[in-house]
Amino acid sequence: MSDLKRGEMQLSGRGVTCVRGGREVFAGLDFAAVAGEAVAVVGRNGSGKTSLLRLIAGLLVPAGGRIALEGGDTELTLPEQCHYLGHRDALKPALSVAENLTFWADFLGGERLDAAKSLAAVGLDHATHLPAGFLSAGQRRRLSLARLLTVRRPVWLLDEPTNALDVAGQDMFGGLMREHLARGGLIIAATHAPLGIESRELRIGGAA
Amino acid sequence: MTALSALIRRDIRIALRVGGGALIGVLFFLTVVVLMPFAVGPDLALLSRLGPAILWLGALLASLLTLDRLFMADHEDGSLDLITMSQTPLELACAAKALAHWLAAGLPLIVATPVLGLLLNLDMVATSAVALTLLAGTPALTFTGMIGAALAVTLHRGGLLMAVLVLPLSIPVLIFGVAASQAVIVGPMTFGAPFSILCALSLVSLVVGPFAAAASLRHGLD
Repeated sequence: MSDLKRGEMQLSGRGVTCVRGGREVFAGLDFAAVAGEAVAVVGRNGSGKTSLLRLIAGLLVPAGGRIALEGGDTELTLPEQCHYLGHRDALKPALSVAENLTFWADFLGGERLDAAKSLAAVGLDHATHLPAGFLSAGQRRRLSLARLLTVRRPVWLLDEPTNALDVAGQDMFGGLMREHLARGGLIIAATHAPLGIESRELRIGGAA
Repeated sequence: MTALSALIRRDIRIALRVGGGALIGVLFFLTVVVLMPFAVGPDLALLSRLGPAILWLGALLASLLTLDRLFMADHEDGSLDLITMSQTPLELACAAKALAHWLAAGLPLIVATPVLGLLLNLDMVATSAVALTLLAGTPALTFTGMIGAALAVTLHRGGLLMAVLVLPLSIPVLIFGVAASQAVIVGPMTFGAPFSILCALSLVSLVVGPFAAAASLRHGLD
C-alpha cells in the first residue's frame, strides 16, 4: 500500500440519512470525493457536519443510504482506512508527547513514518519528553496532526482541523494536507474557517 | 499482537503514573482492612474467623472503585473512537484493557494480602489460601466489572450505576472465594470444590466479559 494512484480511489455516499436522538439531522445526502481531492463540509451549527464525518468513520450508523470507498485496500473496511481527527484529541495527559504518538502508531499499525520525523514536521520536536498534559491547545492539535503523519491512511476526516492553530501552524497544516493529496490521499473536512487549500464545497442543511 | 501489547503497556503506564488509579485501589483495600480490627474489637478468634470475608470484601470494593474509569477516560478523550475504528477487534481491545487493569490494580491487592492477613490474625496457611483465592477470583471481578464499565459509558452515567449493575455478578465470586478460604481455615468442606467453581467463574467471565463489553460499546456508539 505505497503511494496511491491519483483518481483510483473514490469515497461516495448515496442518500445518506442521519438521525440522532430521534431528530433527523439530514436526509438523502449525496456526496463523492476522489483521490487527490479535498472536500470542505460547510453548514450552520447543528447541521450535521460532525455527524457526517462520524458516519464515514463508522462511529455512527446511518439511518438510510450507504457510504462506500471504491479502489481502496480491499482487505480493510472503510473506518480502518480513515483517520478521524475530532474535537477530542485522544491524548493522555500522563504520557509524554513521544509516548502518546508511538502508542497510536503501534496500536493502529500499518505503514508508518518515524515518530520523530512527524513530530519535527508539526514543530513539536523540542517537546518530545514533555507530558501531554502540559501542552497548550495548539500544541495538542499539532500532536494530533502528527498521528495522521505517523500512521499512513488514505482518508483523512478532519473536524475543524485548524482550531487553536496559530497562523504559522495553519500554513504548516496546509502544506501537510497538500502533501497528503499529492500522494493520492483524500480529505473530508468539516470547517467554518477557510481550509487553506483548494477544496470543493459540500453544503449541508441549507444556507448558513 | 503489537496493537494489543501496546494498549496493555499504555494502560499500565497511565495507571502507575501520578494520578493513575492503580494505587487508589490498594490504599482503599488497606484502609478497609486496617479499620476492621478496631471496629470488631480485640477478639482474636472472631477476627481470624472473619478474616477471609473481610479481605475478600475489601478486594471486591477496591476493584469496583477503580473499574468505573476503565472506559470512561478513553471515552472522554476520544481514544475510544479510534480504538473502535482500528483493525483490532473491539472484543480483543476490551480484553486487553481488562487485563491491563487487573495487572495494575488487581495484582497489587493480592500482593498486599499477606501483610494485611497479619492484622486479622490469619496464620501463614490461611493467608496463602486467601491470596490464592484472590488470585483465582479477582480476574472474574475485573472482567464482569468491565461489562458494567462499558454500560456506564453507553448510558452516560457514572460509577454508582456501575456498582449496582456489577454487584449481582460479583456475588457468586464473593461466595465461592470466601467459601474456599474458610474451607482451609475451619473446614469441614474441602478446598477443592469451591475453588474449582471460583476458577470456573473466572474462566467464564474471561470469555463472556469482552464480548458483552464490546457489544455494549458498539451499541452505544454516539
